[in-house]
This record gives sequence, C-alpha cells and structure tokens, in this order.
Amino acid sequence: MKYIEEEYDVIVVGAGHAGCEAALACARLGMETICFTVSMDSIAMMPCNPNIGGSSKGHLVREVDALGGEMGKNIDKTYLQSKMLNQSKGPAVHSLRAQADKKMYSMEMTKVMENTPHLTVRQGEITEILVEDGKIVGAKTYSNAIYHAKAVILTTGTYLKARCIYGDVSRNTGPNELQAANYLTDSLKSYGISMRRFKTGTPARIDRNTIDFEKMEEQFGDKKIVPFSFTNREEDIKREQISCWLTYTTEETHQIIRDNISRSPLFSGAIEGTGPRYCPSIEDKIVKFPDKKRHQVFIEPEGEYTSEMYVGGMSSSLPEDVQYAMYHSVPGLEHAKIIRNAYAIEYDCIDATQLKPSLEFKKISGLFSAGQFNGSSGYEEAAAQGLMAGMNAARMIQGKEAVVLDRSQAYIGVLIDDLVTKETFEPYRMMTSRAEYRLLLRQDNADLRLTKIGHEVGLIDDERYESLLKKERQIKEEEERLDHVNIGANKEVQKLLESMGSTTLKSGASIKELIRRPELNYTALAPIDPERPVLAMDVQEQVNINIKYEGYIRRQMSQVKQFKKMEKKRIPEEIDYEDVGSLRIEARQKLSKIRPASIGQASRISGVSPADISVLLIYLEQMRYRR
Amino acid sequence: MNTDTIAAIATPMTNSGIGIIRISGEEALNIIAKIFKPKKKKDIREAETYTAHYGYVYDGDQMLDECIVLIMKGPHSYTAEDVVEIDCHGGVVVMKKILEAAVRAGARPADPGEFTKRAFLNGRIDLSKAEAVMDLIHSKNNFALNSSLKQLQGVLGDKVVSIRKKIIHSVAFIESALDDPEHYSIDGFADELKEDILDIMKELKYFLDHADNGRILKEGIQTVIVGKPNAGKSSVLNLLLGEDRAIVTSIAGTTRDSLEESIQINGIPLNIVDTAGIRETDDLVERLGVDRAKSLLKKADLILYVVDSSVPLEAEDTQISVLIHGKPTIVLMNKSDLKPAIDAEDLKIRGFENIVQISAKEKTGMKELYGKINRMFFNGKVSFNDEIYITNVRHKNAVSNALDSLNLVLNSIEKGMPEDFFSIDLLDAYEQLGFIIGESVSEDLVNEIFSEFCMGK
Repeated sequence: MKYIEEEYDVIVVGAGHAGCEAALACARLGMETICFTVSMDSIAMMPCNPNIGGSSKGHLVREVDALGGEMGKNIDKTYLQSKMLNQSKGPAVHSLRAQADKKMYSMEMTKVMENTPHLTVRQGEITEILVEDGKIVGAKTYSNAIYHAKAVILTTGTYLKARCIYGDVSRNTGPNELQAANYLTDSLKSYGISMRRFKTGTPARIDRNTIDFEKMEEQFGDKKIVPFSFTNREEDIKREQISCWLTYTTEETHQIIRDNISRSPLFSGAIEGTGPRYCPSIEDKIVKFPDKKRHQVFIEPEGEYTSEMYVGGMSSSLPEDVQYAMYHSVPGLEHAKIIRNAYAIEYDCIDATQLKPSLEFKKISGLFSAGQFNGSSGYEEAAAQGLMAGMNAARMIQGKEAVVLDRSQAYIGVLIDDLVTKETFEPYRMMTSRAEYRLLLRQDNADLRLTKIGHEVGLIDDERYESLLKKERQIKEEEERLDHVNIGANKEVQKLLESMGSTTLKSGASIKELIRRPELNYTALAPIDPERPVLAMDVQEQVNINIKYEGYIRRQMSQVKQFKKMEKKRIPEEIDYEDVGSLRIEARQKLSKIRPASIGQASRISGVSPADISVLLIYLEQMRYRR
Repeated sequence: MNTDTIAAIATPMTNSGIGIIRISGEEALNIIAKIFKPKKKKDIREAETYTAHYGYVYDGDQMLDECIVLIMKGPHSYTAEDVVEIDCHGGVVVMKKILEAAVRAGARPADPGEFTKRAFLNGRIDLSKAEAVMDLIHSKNNFALNSSLKQLQGVLGDKVVSIRKKIIHSVAFIESALDDPEHYSIDGFADELKEDILDIMKELKYFLDHADNGRILKEGIQTVIVGKPNAGKSSVLNLLLGEDRAIVTSIAGTTRDSLEESIQINGIPLNIVDTAGIRETDDLVERLGVDRAKSLLKKADLILYVVDSSVPLEAEDTQISVLIHGKPTIVLMNKSDLKPAIDAEDLKIRGFENIVQISAKEKTGMKELYGKINRMFFNGKVSFNDEIYITNVRHKNAVSNALDSLNLVLNSIEKGMPEDFFSIDLLDAYEQLGFIIGESVSEDLVNEIFSEFCMGK
C-alpha cells in the first residue's frame, strides 16, 4: 500500500561519493534533504582502489574542497600515506594522492552526514521517481513510501541492475555483494530517459600475512605532507604513514592469462557493458601491450585494522582458479591467499548528453544526476559531480541561476562539459590531457580559482573567504615587491648560487631572473633577499610559480581568451537546426539532440565539424542582423 | 535591420569613361533626393524600382556632374536594401566629390566588402563558399585562379594536414606518457621532438619564403620598362602585349598618371607600367623627373631596360644605370637584327647580369626573356602547379604564428623544461595551422571573410 512518508526539498538517491557531496551541499545550503542508501554500512564506501586523488583526480578533490565540498577534509582525516605525484614534471601535472583507510573513510563520512543539520540519512531503496508535467515531484521506495520533493538527485553509482562477474560465475549484486537496485532503471526508462550499460572491475584483495614483502620494493609516503583540504595545515594532519609495495607481473603471469583468455567473460562476450580503456584489467593490458615484458603491481593497504591488501594494476574478471594461478606467479605473492575475488561489474547508467551543464535533465526539470550514473568512473569524478548537482539543485529551488564552471576554470568544468557534450561510450575517467588549460588549473591554486565561487554560493564561510582574500593580496604584493628587487654580484650571492649549482653572476641581476633559473626557486633565494616579508608556504609557492612560468601562463591565458570568445557566442535555446541551411545531416542530428548552449560547446560535439561551426556562426550572424 | 546607410565608389579609382557611386541602406533614397536633381522634376523617392533617371548631382549649391541615377529598391536589390547607383563621368576627382556629397547627406563610407556582407547577411547570396568567391574576385590571372582553386582542393591543405598530424602526434605522445607513465616512456623524447620540429619549421619557412611569390602570382609582377628615347621601348611593349597575352585589362595603377597593362605570358602575370603616353620621344626620366621615376622604380618588382645595341652607350644610359642600380633588371639588347655597336660585356661591366638579345622588329628573343623572368621569380620552376604558394595574407599570418609557437617549443626544450610545457605551444601551432584549412574557426569568421573583399563590392 502506498503512503506518504514525508516532504523534503531534495531527495538524494545513493550515498556514495557523489551522493554524499550532493546531500551535504543541499543541506548546507539550507535545503531539507534526505539521502537514501541501500545500506547504512556502505556510505562513502570505496569498493575499488584504496586511495583518493592521483593524476588529475587529485585536482578534482582540491577543487571540490575549494568549493566547500567534503572529500578533501575526509581523506585528510583518514589517510594512511600521502604522495605528490609527478614532481619531476611541471606544476600543472603535480597531483596529490593519498592511500585511504577505507573503513575509517566511510565512518568519518557517515559521521559528517549524520551530524549535518537539515540532512536525514535513510536506509532504503528508491524504486521509482515521480514526475508530473515534466517536473519531478518525488520518489518512491521499495516499501512503497512516497517522498515528495522539489528536486531529486540520482547518484546510484554501479548499483542499477548490477551484476558481478568472474569467469563463468556471475551474481546479480552490487559491489562487494551488496544488494543491487533492480527497479529504478525501468522507472527512468518510462519517462523517456535512455540508459546504457557500462562495466568496470576491481582486483583481488589478499591477506597481508601471506605476502613476502622481501621480494617487493617498499613505497614510502612523502616526508612533506600536503593536505587535500585548503583548511588544513601540514601539522594538523601529520601522522605515521603506512607503506605500499611495488612488484611486477612475470612472463609466467602473462602466459597464464593468455592460456585462459577464452575463459574471460570480457573476451567470450559474457559481458555486454563497455569498460574503461584508461583503467584496464590485467587481461586487457596483456592483449594491448603484447611486447611488454612486465607490468607494475602495487600492493596497497586497505586500512589500519584489516589484513586485506589491494593488488593495484591487476583487476580481472577471470575465473577464480585462474586468479589464484596468476597472482601466485607474481614475485612476493607466491603463497598469497585471496580474501576477496577480483571481479568485473556491469551496471546501468545514462548517456549524460541528456543533461544540461547544470547536471539537470533537459527533459525533466528538477531531476539531477551525478557520478557513475552519468557514465564517469572514479570516486573523485563522482564527488565533483555530486557537489555541482547538489549546489545546482538547491539553486534551482531557490530560483537562482545554475553554477556552471567552464573548461578554463576547473577540471570539474572539463569533466562535466565532456560528459554532457561528448557521448562517452566507456566510463569517463579524468586525465590531465583532457584539460586544455591545465597550467592555469593547477592543484595548488584551486582555492584561488574557486573559493570565491564557493563563498558566493554559500558553501564557504566568511572566515575562509577572508583568508583567501588575504592570500591573494599577499601574493600580489610580494610579486610587485620583487619587481624592484635587484641582486648585486657580491660574495654572499655568489656563494649561495654556487651552493645551488647555479652559475655565478657577472653583474647585478633582478631576483625574478634568478627565480626563473631551473635550479633555483623563490624560497631558496631568501638569504639574499633581506627585505622579504614572512609568508606562508602556500603564498611562497604561488609567487614562485607565477614568476617561474610567467611566459607559459601568459600564453595559456591568451588561449583562454580565445576559448571564451567561442563560449560567449550563445546559441538561442529556441534555435531550429532544421532551419540552418548547409549543415551536414549528422551535425544537424547531433546539434538537435545535444542542443549546446554556445558555439564553443557545439564545436566540441563529436560529429560536428569546423565547417558546420562556420555555417552555424554565419547563421547566427544572419539571425542577429535581421533582428 | 542595421539602420545606417553606406556609400562607396564601386569602380576603380582611375580616370575612365564612367564611374559608379553606390549607396545602400534605408536612407539611400533620402540621400539621393538631397544631392540629385532629376531633369524631369519629380521626387526621385517616388521613382519605381529598376528605373534610370537623368539629371545633375549637387553638393549644396555646387553642381558636380551630369549623371544617370539607377534606383533599385529592396528587397530586390543586390544587398536586399534600397540601393542607388550614380553613374557619373569617371574622373577621380568627380567621383570623390560625389561620394563626399553622399556622406554629407547622411551616408557612411562603406568598409571593404560591406555591400557583399549586407547582401549575404540579408540572405541575398549564399556564401557557404564565401572565401572562394573572395578569391575569385581577387584573382587577376589564370595562375592565381588556379592557385586559389588548388588551395580549396587541398594542395596546401594536404601539406598543412600532414604537418598538423605530426604536431598532434607529438602532443598525443606527451599526453599519453603523462597519463600512463608505466606504459609510455618519455625519456629522450625531447631530442626526438626537437628534430621533428626543426623539420616542420623548415617546411613552414619554405612556405613563407615563397609567400611573396604567391603574392606576385596573384597580383602580378610590377614591371617598368626604361630606356633612352629611340631604344625601342614601345615596340618591346607592343611585342609583349601582342604576343600570347591571355588577359589584358586596364586596372588602377599606383599613380593617377600611369596605367598598368596586366598581361599574362606563359602563366606569368606581368603588370607593365605604361607610363601614360611615354612613347618614342618621351623619356621616362625626362617627362616625370628623377623623383617620380625613382618612386615608380621603387615599387617595381622587375625592370626591363631596353638598350639599342646598334649604337654605343651614352650618358643617358649611365643615368639610367645609376637609377636602376640594385633592382631586379633584365637588359633587353634590342635591334639585334642590326649591326651591333655594343656587346653584352659592355653591360656586364655596368653590373647587369641578365641580358637578353632581342629584336622587336624580327620578334626574336622573347622566349629567352620569359625564361629569365621565370628563373628570377620562380626559381625556374615553370610548372607552378605542384608548388604551394601562400597567397592569402591570413594564411601567411597563420604560418608565421605557427612558426613563432614552434620556436617557443624549441626554447622550452633548450631550457630543459618538463615535457608537459611543450604541449602549450605545440597546440598553439596546431591551432594556427588549422586556420588555413578551416579546421580552426574564429568566432569573428563573418567579419574576417568580408574584410578581404574590395572596397565598393
């Protein structure tokens, strides 16, 4: 029997990384919010790798934090090891990655969720969404309870009609054998939402006590810890770190996989979903790189209070017996015992081109979605979308304009623009190469890029905003001061330069010139810059980067200027593409389907050629002229 | 609708038989009513569309010229707006005065191509191939015509495509290595990239170096014929004009007193400066004075110096030699049919390298002349067809910008910057080259296209 349970402003369906950010954002913006999860024990669960961040994903986490999200704070509370990746490369690709204590991560996030005002967390499965006149009005649970709401945010992750597969064994469960959500898909389809099926996979977890670490290389964390959250300082979160271990696959491993490849459901056709190219299973790698003698295998702790170790780089959907054989062929894992099998998982998700850049469905107002449901992969991608969907659902209810970050503002902007513009046929993973303006979108300046927006939205408090303004001011003042600092070729200077392996000066030089030398930096030159004010490390870092890479930054900014011109060419919502002569049929179809908001967005749709864009520009010009 | 009304002189700025001033826009009829007094005393604004009216154009009280005014009312006119054309007597001064009168009466001087732009924006012409139209307008000769067609068909395009492919391949490699360092090693890539970039830059520089050839092909070789009286300049000119000429048109010269004859010989376009009326008895230097001659010679791409080989060199020849010193010159030793009084050595001593024996009378030596011109301007590559010339200023800029960006990549490599920095400038180069083949689109496309049209078109 149906009954009305309660009224809310927002219903969030799912409490994974997207769901948590969405629910928290809504509640923090004053929305009465209820967040449903199939299990209270799986809030912010990490069903795959035990880490947060990594190349470009670290950027997303810092951006989430800069906008007032939770992920960065939560990993700072629960990390086991922290590392800044790619330090030999430019600052644009430095990425923060932390090993997480999975249980602790989940528990800390649950605590935050449970203790946030206006937020109710509820165990229960949503089976239907309720829509009236193209407008969302609520959702129904498995127990036939009806919840009315002004907005619904779908963050179902990998649970919709989920199926886990290893070899010829498959079960209709969600990750970690949790209950799958088998009803919502049909409800969504009945409202004209088109669904697709993706797959992803995870490696086995093995017992730490059965691993021979002698045969592996120990991987330590960084000595200097950079917190994910801009609200934390190093000393706030510094703790004893736990190591990871590196080993490699062998020829034998590869042979075992080749011999059994026909038993892989991926190659036998038992899996219909499309997997992520950029997060390949070990069997994918063997097939794709046949000449490669070995592949890296990272053995990573799953938590402080568990013996389970994650076998990074060896996700698989091969049968259990093959898994044993292949893991045992890896040095150090000869006698390893598997605690949880590796498996592939298939699930329903959507083609995100059905969404506006605000993450609201074009067809159903008030319905938002985020995370793996939108066809992405990864905790960080999910959190980023969750935050934006939550923010925009609240703003919709408040009658405010949606916040849409563009590709020159944030990785989040790149992520969402890609999802809603380009049809992705595999789980979308963030990568630094996807960001055109990445020298400007660094992980170190996420706060300078986004915290003002977070404050305006209402997710950043005044105190944090004030301290950001102070930071900005200090950076500016210090750069201006350095314009006038000249260094003489005196003994002290020469000595310092020599000690840093830098050529000595023949005559005086400006300090900025010295900072630009590859072997020198702002901080190292402190001894010969006596007038220098005391500045926090993060301020020093910005000053250093701005000076060191000035020319490159300037050129990226001029690229952004060009980009913005195309973004500013808005396409009227009412445009009828049938009316635009000389568009190619494919372009006409794609444009009609995706209905881009700007010429810039239109130009990124696959199947829309530059010639089509020219035609469109000319058409718009004619329209404008005739009006 | 854009409300302002534009006006321009639609015919070349030269003293010719007829000149046309074109006015287009909502105010066109009001403006013509202010400056034109028809013989039949009726209101020109009431005139039927597609009618011609005889009368006088005035600027205030001052009568400027006797004219025919054509009325073409929108939307059935070239621009789909009200259009008025004033056919006047073709003097430059008169045309200018009429234009000024129109402007004083409320018109705005048109930008280049603005009439066509309006026609296009008003949906009068389909300009999906706008750039080709523009190039056809610009083409003065067969080769240029060919060259613009080729650009469209993709000879230049193919080259640019292959260069862009190389660039994007490098970027893709850098990016793969950043995203998947385990499987793509970037060690030593900088050196490889440097080689690739140097190769690409060489190719692009070749384009640029030949860009001027492209201009010459499109606009013609500015050619001036000099020589003392009776050397046979006019017979040489007539010979050039009379033989094998594909197109002869009178177009606006660089000055009011001289006209160019635009001729084409074996695919090579020559704009011969016919210094108005200079014939047997009129010497260039004598008639125009040294300064004028100098300025004409300064703009010349080629000088044909006609010498009468049947008489010894005189003081006037010395004067001419000094004047044309250092300019690309071909000496035509005319009257080779007569008994020679001088030989090639006499001219070589004076610093001339390109010497051709001709006889204007016997019509010999022309082939040698064409060969020399071809060698001087096109490195002897008679068949331009396979050569790629950049004839469009926009294209030239794009190549030059791409070169700048590639230089910056080289700098980064030299400085030992991390590889991720290379992508920034590589992508800039890629984007710039994309403008040539239309793979990159500027948001200002429409204005860009029409800004290359001629004034008054």
